[in-house]
Parts: sequence; structure tokens; C-alpha cells
Amino acid sequence: MSVDTSLSVRINGEERRLASGTSVAALMAELGLDARRIAVERNLAIVPRSTFAEVEVEDGDQFEIVHFVGGG
Amino acid sequence: MATSSRSSISSAAAEMAKSDKWTVAGRSFSSRLIVGTGKYKSFEENAAAVAASGAEIVTVAVRRVNVSDPKQPRLSDFIDPKKITYLPNTAGCFTAEEAMRTLRLAREAGGWNLVKLEVLAEAKTLYPDMIETIRATELLAKEGFEVMVYCTDDPIMARRCEDAGAVAVMPLGAPIGSGLGIQNPVTIRLIVEGAKVPVLVDAGVGTASDAAAAMELGCDGVLMNTAIAEAKDPVLMAAAMKAAVEAGRLAYRAGRMGKRMYADPSSPLAGLI
Repeated sequence: MSVDTSLSVRINGEERRLASGTSVAALMAELGLDARRIAVERNLAIVPRSTFAEVEVEDGDQFEIVHFVGGG
Repeated sequence: MATSSRSSISSAAAEMAKSDKWTVAGRSFSSRLIVGTGKYKSFEENAAAVAASGAEIVTVAVRRVNVSDPKQPRLSDFIDPKKITYLPNTAGCFTAEEAMRTLRLAREAGGWNLVKLEVLAEAKTLYPDMIETIRATELLAKEGFEVMVYCTDDPIMARRCEDAGAVAVMPLGAPIGSGLGIQNPVTIRLIVEGAKVPVLVDAGVGTASDAAAAMELGCDGVLMNTAIAEAKDPVLMAAAMKAAVEAGRLAYRAGRMGKRMYADPSSPLAGLI
């Protein structure tokens, strides 16, 4: 059985392949990220945290995943 | 008698200092010192400096998560956003659109509407681009953000920011990270006199006397990062800044003496032997 890597996406500038039907919530889990501490932008639109479980990743999606770091 | 009246005066002063809160966008704070969280050697040192500063607000930046190493320690592990208000900034943004994109993400990440807007014009001076800044202030205010605006030390630009919907104006004392102190006390005073929203000097403070000077001009607060983070002992400097901001504020409220061109003796001239 081959691993499904039918989706090609870009996350924070890096290419990644994902299985079709991956939700944003599943993507966060796969990346090991705590959804409560981050914000996700998909193709320049915010993905509200409350919708992570419903929103499905699509081929060609461009994600920016950000959090707070030290700054002045 | 003398001892008890002295102590009652000092406890009254402590009480006055405590009750002297300031309010921005409906939120009240006791500390008039806002500190940045950049340039520290470690998160531990950063957290210790924030504690020593007494700050209730810290500025933070919005940056990409390190996707290849998500288990790295995070700022929020050391400075608890439930106890200290995070004020997200737009550092590194050079257009209104970049700043708005950053702050929309910040609002989603933290759930906060209170933000610091800085739209810079160029890397060399890090001077704010006031045309873009005012445009972004207006757009962000319309989207429900409460925008504290980093601006030039120009009373007219400060007023334009306020007209655009700024909940606080934050003129630079000197270029970001320069530590040169307040270069234009006259215009800072004019901004304070003209503003209906809080005025905080943001950027340029180098040492404690600069922070005290800002407060003596009547500013509602001071925002600084490098002056603490790049001190030889950041935690000690944070304590110095806390004391300086409090001293400057008390001096402003007390009302300084008038200046004279010549000496005026403090001891009575009458009764000289």
C-alpha cells in the first residue's frame, strides 16, 4: 500500500505533500503544533481556529502559520 | 510627632502613585512602562527583566512557526499572556497591507484587538512612513482593531493619527534601537498638550534619565526594548526603568519649579550673624 501524497502544498515557504482529505486540524496535528497558540492563513485568508476541523486542505494551498515571538 | 507625619506623607505618596492608573481603549493599567521582548539572550532573562520592570504590557512580534522543529521553547512558556497583556506589533512591515495582514493574524493567534502599528519607511532609519501609517490606522480602526500607533515626533502627524482612529499615539524619542534619548522634547510636549488619547514615547530611550524625561514632559507612558535588553545587566536596568518612569510621573504631577537665570539662596537671608 502506498502512502497517499496527492496534495502538494506550501507551508511557511516549504513544499510539503499531504494525503487528500487532510483537514487543517489534522495538518496541525501532523506538524505537532498546538492550535491554541498559532494563527493560520490559507491563500491570504485567515482560517478561523473554530473551523480547523472542517476546512480541508486543497492541492496548491499556500499556508502561513505564525505565532508570537519576542519583539519590540 | 515628626516621625508619624513623615510616614503618613510617604504612605500618602505611595497611595497616590498606586491610584494613578492610565487607560487605553477602556483598559486600565498601573504600570506606565511597556517593554519589548526582543534581543534578549534567553527567555529566562527576558522574563526576569519583565518582572523587574513591573510592566503589565509587553510588545511581541508575529513570525512564522518553525515547522521543522515545533517543540522549540516559546515566549508564552516564559511570559504568560494571561497575566501580561501581549501587544502584537507590525515590526518589519513597510506597507499598510503588510501591517494589516500581520495584525489580522495576531488577532487570530491571540484574540486581542489591542495592537501596536508601526509602518516603517526604510531599513536605515527605521523611521515611520506616516502616509502609510495613517492609512493603515484608518483601515484597522474600521476593522475593529484598537490601534496604538508608532509615529514621528510631529504634533501634526500625531493629531492625524488620532483623527484616523488611534487609541494611543506613540512618537519616537529617537530612532529605534539608537538609545539616543529624547531628541525633540519640545515636539513631544506639544503632542502631549494636543492629544486626547494617551501619548507614549516609543523608541530611543537609552537609560533611566531618558525615561524620566519622557514622563516629566507629561507622557502617559514609555515603551522600550533595547535600553533594557542590551544593558550589561538587563534585569537591573529594568528595575531602573521602573523607578525612572515612576519618578518622572510623580515629578510631572508635582509640577516642577520655575527656572531662573541666576542663583536664589535656599537659606533665609534674614538673621544672618
